[in-house]
Amino acid sequence: MSLAAATADDPNALGHQPDADAGGVANQRIIVGYGFWIFLVSDIVMFAAFFAAYAVLSDATAGGPAGRQLFDLKTTAIETACLLLSSFTCGLATIAAHVERRGWFQAAMAATFVLGATFIGLEVHELAGLVAGGNGPQRSGFLSAFFALVGCHGLHVTLGLLWLSTMMAQVVAKGFRDDILRRILCFSLFWHALDIIWVALFTVVYLIGSIT
Amino acid sequence: MNLLGKLTWAAIPIDSPLPIISSLVVGTAIVGVLGWVVVKGYFPYVWREWLTSVDHKRVGVMYCLLALVMLLRGFTDAVMMRTQQALAFRSDGYLPPEHYNQVFSSHGTIMIFFVAMPFVIGLMNFVVPLQLGIRDVAFPTLNSVGFWLTATGALLVNISLVVGEFARTGWLPYPPLSELAYSPGVGVDYYLWALQISGVGTLLTGINLVTTILKTRAPGMSLLRMPMFCWTSLASNLLIVAAFPVLTATLAMLTLDRYLGFHFFTNDAGGNVMMFMNLIWAWGHPEVYILILPAFGIFSEVIATFSSKPLFGYRSMVLATMAICVLAFMVWLHHFFTMGAGADVNAFFGIMTTIIAVPTGVKVFNWLFTMYGGRIRYEPPVLWAIGFIITFVIGGMTGVLLALPPVDFLLHNSLFLVAHFHNVIIGGVLFGVFAGYTYWFPKAFGFRLHSGLGKAAFWFWLVGFYVAFMPLYVLGLLGMTRRMQHYDVAAWRPWLLVAAGGAALILVGIVLLIVQLVVSIRRREELRDVDGDPWNGRTLEWATPSPPPVYNFAVLPEVSGDDAYWTTKQSARDAHPPAYGPIELPRNSPTGIVCAFFATVMGFALIWHIWWMVVVGFFGAWATFVVFAWRDQVDDILGADEVERIDRDAHRGTRAPALAGAAA
Amino acid sequence: MTDTPATAAPGSTHAPAQSVGTQVLGYAVGLVLAVALTGISFFLPHSALIWAPGVPIGLVVLAVAQMGVHLVFFLHLNTGPDSTNTVLALAFGLLIVFLIIAGSLFIMSHLNHMMPPMDQVMRMQR
Repeated sequence: MSLAAATADDPNALGHQPDADAGGVANQRIIVGYGFWIFLVSDIVMFAAFFAAYAVLSDATAGGPAGRQLFDLKTTAIETACLLLSSFTCGLATIAAHVERRGWFQAAMAATFVLGATFIGLEVHELAGLVAGGNGPQRSGFLSAFFALVGCHGLHVTLGLLWLSTMMAQVVAKGFRDDILRRILCFSLFWHALDIIWVALFTVVYLIGSIT
Repeated sequence: MNLLGKLTWAAIPIDSPLPIISSLVVGTAIVGVLGWVVVKGYFPYVWREWLTSVDHKRVGVMYCLLALVMLLRGFTDAVMMRTQQALAFRSDGYLPPEHYNQVFSSHGTIMIFFVAMPFVIGLMNFVVPLQLGIRDVAFPTLNSVGFWLTATGALLVNISLVVGEFARTGWLPYPPLSELAYSPGVGVDYYLWALQISGVGTLLTGINLVTTILKTRAPGMSLLRMPMFCWTSLASNLLIVAAFPVLTATLAMLTLDRYLGFHFFTNDAGGNVMMFMNLIWAWGHPEVYILILPAFGIFSEVIATFSSKPLFGYRSMVLATMAICVLAFMVWLHHFFTMGAGADVNAFFGIMTTIIAVPTGVKVFNWLFTMYGGRIRYEPPVLWAIGFIITFVIGGMTGVLLALPPVDFLLHNSLFLVAHFHNVIIGGVLFGVFAGYTYWFPKAFGFRLHSGLGKAAFWFWLVGFYVAFMPLYVLGLLGMTRRMQHYDVAAWRPWLLVAAGGAALILVGIVLLIVQLVVSIRRREELRDVDGDPWNGRTLEWATPSPPPVYNFAVLPEVSGDDAYWTTKQSARDAHPPAYGPIELPRNSPTGIVCAFFATVMGFALIWHIWWMVVVGFFGAWATFVVFAWRDQVDDILGADEVERIDRDAHRGTRAPALAGAAA
Repeated sequence: MTDTPATAAPGSTHAPAQSVGTQVLGYAVGLVLAVALTGISFFLPHSALIWAPGVPIGLVVLAVAQMGVHLVFFLHLNTGPDSTNTVLALAFGLLIVFLIIAGSLFIMSHLNHMMPPMDQVMRMQR
């Protein structure tokens, strides 16, 4: 074996044993899924920076209102319900895509869209109410961090809706091609990851914010 | 409602001739080159084979070209600063303060984001797939998009020369100076959007290369058989994935402050200036390892090849690399020891910083032991490597000095600090990319660079570096702070004159690099790399012909040991004719360049508050991706006969058939 | 291109053998668990179930549990050898998240203590 020959000749090489992870090119689906997973990790790190800013600035109310005076947990609960249900319908859409059932796929994606849009509508309504009451992001460092954090998540959901509708149109036009199935996989990962961020968000911002 | 936002004719700095003249020269040069390309009828070729290429080799070369061009721009800024400080003793020199401030800001920004980053990423792009024995990166089109977004950032920085102004805040826009109240102009906005857009490009490349290295390797190329450059690239790209989002978030916060009146970093309404220092350096320190780790990898390859020995202590090198990758995230406070964190925090981060010197030291000893007893060939790449080891050790030791909070209290913000980070960035990153440039040039273009001129360039760079930056250490100890437009301390003057002389020597080094390139192109026939392995290399990239065909490897190599190509050469087995098969090649796509066009439009519109144009830019970029997603044919198929023909033509002298046969 | 069964992408565990019903059931179980954990989270602050100062810790524990539920049932992350690389990437990301948030809080609390932000200084001078 050439490896043994090379290392035996070479006093400076340690005897490297060949290890279990043998290399080789993975299939396209695995590569795409993994690449998107890495993107999600980076996105989570970006949210971490916004969370860190929020944690540091949560007391910087500059004489203005704190979270306890502002947050309406009922809205947050409905928003959360929308997102959780949309995660479920998004899962149904991926299953439908796998068994190539167009009708079910479009129905589940449409449901996901409606739930996501409802979430965005409620959030915009909540934030607009704060701004109208004089408690916009310009009011204090705390409100800046709050608007940026919630807004960043909302922006992600909005872009997700744009992506979602693009995928629905693509399935209508092209059907369940391999590359389209891979994109649906990435979209579902994105949508579920936004849910995880929302869990952190409603816990840290709304729930803990409403008791301290 | 103004259709052009804040943009008026007043934005063109007619009154200051220097930027106008220089940008006219650059503009004429660009138009000239474009005109020449069009008139000669090369444009279809350039468009099809380069601008829209998704081939990792082409993208890598374009990254390096961008870096070399921007190096000239950044170096011009450096020369202006050195001459200004040489002249401005008890006088105002020739650069007014607001201009001088833009010069040092753009120097730092350009050198880090548009020279060091693209050069390092370009080399990784070119080399990593070849070393892994595969045909392209995991996401070829994304790769092209990443490059063009980086180019967009560079373009925006250069537009700021002519339209408006650049930031006057230094290479990191510390608030409150960078807030709207104190920097009402568009300079900081240029900085923010140029970096946001190129940052997205960098992130895409990071994701791409991490996936490439972890998921697509030649059969038998286990993680612990990867060449050291692939390991350091993996670590560097992991750092990109983990650190660049923090930069994005931080710059977004500053943008919100400036555009929508948020209070993240303002002095009033609960804003906290120190949050910016904290977050920007949480990205900023990993950033220096993003730059230096690939350089470490290049030196590992170069030293092993030119010593004709395997790398000493491969596993300790891997361990050191990954240790640096994690430790890089635990030291960021040392950039602002003096800003009031107190003894507990400073002690923690001071200790962590000194600890990070340990894995770096491990690497230095590994390189020395690799050379020990080796038969070293003193070609330019190895000269850069040896110059690096000496220079970097000095820079590293001054870094350990600065890592001690009490010392840092004396030296922070002084020219000592400036000397330190130039010592590690020039002596480490720049020498590294020059070594890599000389080392892999024959692989990319099929002929070597002229050796004598390369050696001359190296010596001018090395001596010039010491003459330019050792005086800065002294000046720092004499109490000179950084970024001074003028001064009246007589004791500083001689040292600043010497430093200006050093900059002149470096200029000669740069000119020699250009001459080397020109001479090598003219004499390419006698410098031709016939067998694809000019340096007697050890890793798989040397198994391909130079330049490699678009598919890299006609048959994917089977790797059966460390130093994959060396092992094969040593075993000298009979060459079986390889079994050629059809190859799927990703189609070239203008997605990257079109998307970058819309990103440029959007960035420019955001800087000048031209809101309708922002919308156009955003939906243009989105539509570009939709068009890309709608295409029906993703790959071109290269038939087995065609592959065989190209391969037999290209492989007149290579030993790659033996490698492919190793599988059998 | 060869298939390596040793590695798999997140979300790719839909083996063809798994029936549609089983897959839907997986999502349904995830949904029920997530809703239950969310419900407890929203109920907790306004109940006297646990000692009031412990509520934030309880909420964080519930949130972490729910993220785990999402990862397992929606993102199909598991401990099998298939998803080693995926889990490692996530672990690296979480380490960075921890370092950035904990480091920022550590640094900023000390900074604010030693050198309060401007408006606090103003208030003290009043």
